[in-house]
Amino acid sequence: MHFPEVLPLQSGASIRDYHLAYETYGTLNADRSNAVLVCHALNASHHVAGVYAGQDKSEGWWDNMIGPGKPVDTDRFFVIGVNNLGSCFGSTGPMHNHPDTGEVYGADFPVVTVEDWVNAQARLLDRLGITQLAAVLGGSLGGMQALSWTLQYPDRVRHAVVVASAPNLTAENIAFNEVARRAIVTDPDFHGGHFYRHGVIPKRGLRIARMIGHITYLSDDVMNEKFGRQLREGIDLKYSTQDIEFQIESYLRYQGDKFSDYFDANTYLLITRALDYFDPARAHAGNLTRALARATAKFLLVSFTTDWRFSPQRSREIVKALLDNRRNVSYAEIDAPHGHDAFLLDDARYMGVMRSYFDSIAKELQA
Amino acid sequence: MTDKAAMQALARLVPPGSRVLDLGCGNGAMLDYLQRERGCSGYGVEIDDANVLACVQRGVDVIQLNLDEGLAMFDDNSFDVVLQIDTLQHLRNAETMLRETARVGRTGVVAFPNFAHWPNRLSILRGRMPVTRRLPYQWYDTPNIRVGTYKDFEVLATKNSLRILDSFGLQDGQEVRWLPNARAGTAVFHFEHA
Repeated sequence: MHFPEVLPLQSGASIRDYHLAYETYGTLNADRSNAVLVCHALNASHHVAGVYAGQDKSEGWWDNMIGPGKPVDTDRFFVIGVNNLGSCFGSTGPMHNHPDTGEVYGADFPVVTVEDWVNAQARLLDRLGITQLAAVLGGSLGGMQALSWTLQYPDRVRHAVVVASAPNLTAENIAFNEVARRAIVTDPDFHGGHFYRHGVIPKRGLRIARMIGHITYLSDDVMNEKFGRQLREGIDLKYSTQDIEFQIESYLRYQGDKFSDYFDANTYLLITRALDYFDPARAHAGNLTRALARATAKFLLVSFTTDWRFSPQRSREIVKALLDNRRNVSYAEIDAPHGHDAFLLDDARYMGVMRSYFDSIAKELQA
Repeated sequence: MTDKAAMQALARLVPPGSRVLDLGCGNGAMLDYLQRERGCSGYGVEIDDANVLACVQRGVDVIQLNLDEGLAMFDDNSFDVVLQIDTLQHLRNAETMLRETARVGRTGVVAFPNFAHWPNRLSILRGRMPVTRRLPYQWYDTPNIRVGTYKDFEVLATKNSLRILDSFGLQDGQEVRWLPNARAGTAVFHFEHA
């Protein structure tokens, strides 16, 4: 959907003439009360569920969670997936042309924040004629958007489901993002972010960024279980410093290669920066309780015990701030082995809690 | 102790409209009852996955926490009533949690199996640990790691400067006020911090 009007951004800059890619699933009911907005994290898109006709392996990134008869049941809810500004899956991003100059944005694409994305999503909902969401749902960075929705538009959200998320990033988390960004920026093919003009892609940087990211999304246990010290070929060591020796190396290189084929380098910088900047308590001298006083939605928070990137402790901080404000909140801490990635995987306890929570939202719709 | 009569007897200690924290809330039946019948609000705290799910299913707000890690998440006096119904006996740090219950709630209600109930005494006299409807486990597989009596709790409450507002036994859903330490399978204490 095209938006000609100016969207003011948190940085003081603005963007106009932009496009937002979105998909919807299910049917909006007569009183427009059954809409669920799904917010995506770093490398996902508006394609949250279902498959594209005739395309193999085109399942949406949260297809196990969203669809007919699934925990977020599209037979009952009207689900909206939207690709965020600055991303690289159809919405306006650094690979598109600046409307003033006609040149590719590249490094000149404005820095966008979680709050900016939420504002853009709100305008999309305006156009779709949806004043209030039954729920806003997101994991990780998507959970930050869901939380931000309840602060920026408290009247427009009845429920917020925040999975494997945090009220801000820790220093360690920002550090991981910075390593990834440096890998990209120092790639000779990056050209200060204007690599499109040079007809190259900083694939080396993207690969390394993805490799380090991927490590942090898993847990030590899962990596050991999946790869252990298994060698790539045979049982004899090669005594080489540069060849692939262990299976884990092969796996990470494969993930890096795959990622660098489809992901945009500037998008990676923009989205990790949005993660770094998110901190609703900042305007309240670091007091999250005061920051969340605006929220009126009912909350479900979910975290995973082995997630060290967005640890349960961070979710508990949000729960505490909601308790302090006497808001409705439920919190499930799922003892899953898969680290941060657990939020995208099937776990009976996780799926059960999500299904039950959305069932109760659906019941409210009928009441 | 899930039978309706016992639940109602305990619910009478919770004033209508109270903000309630139910520690070890199980499947959320008590909070559900308090919300529907007595206009209360609040949260349950549970560690067990199946119970957390049951609470979400019935629309009771639940926080999944291990009580042995304390109640740091909850502010002083932030609830009118804090319940510990059949919870104390499972806690490693039962005394700390009692103090935490008194800190977080303006009043507290604790109910637990009274080991001095006469059938238990009889069993001990015969030289065996009791296995009853109220204490259905063998000594080697019981989740009840704290075994105490009605009188024991009075001592612990005094030690921690708790003011007992009311106390009684519960047997077959009925209040037992005469010789509760011998005549009731469940001990109930309603208290506030001094």
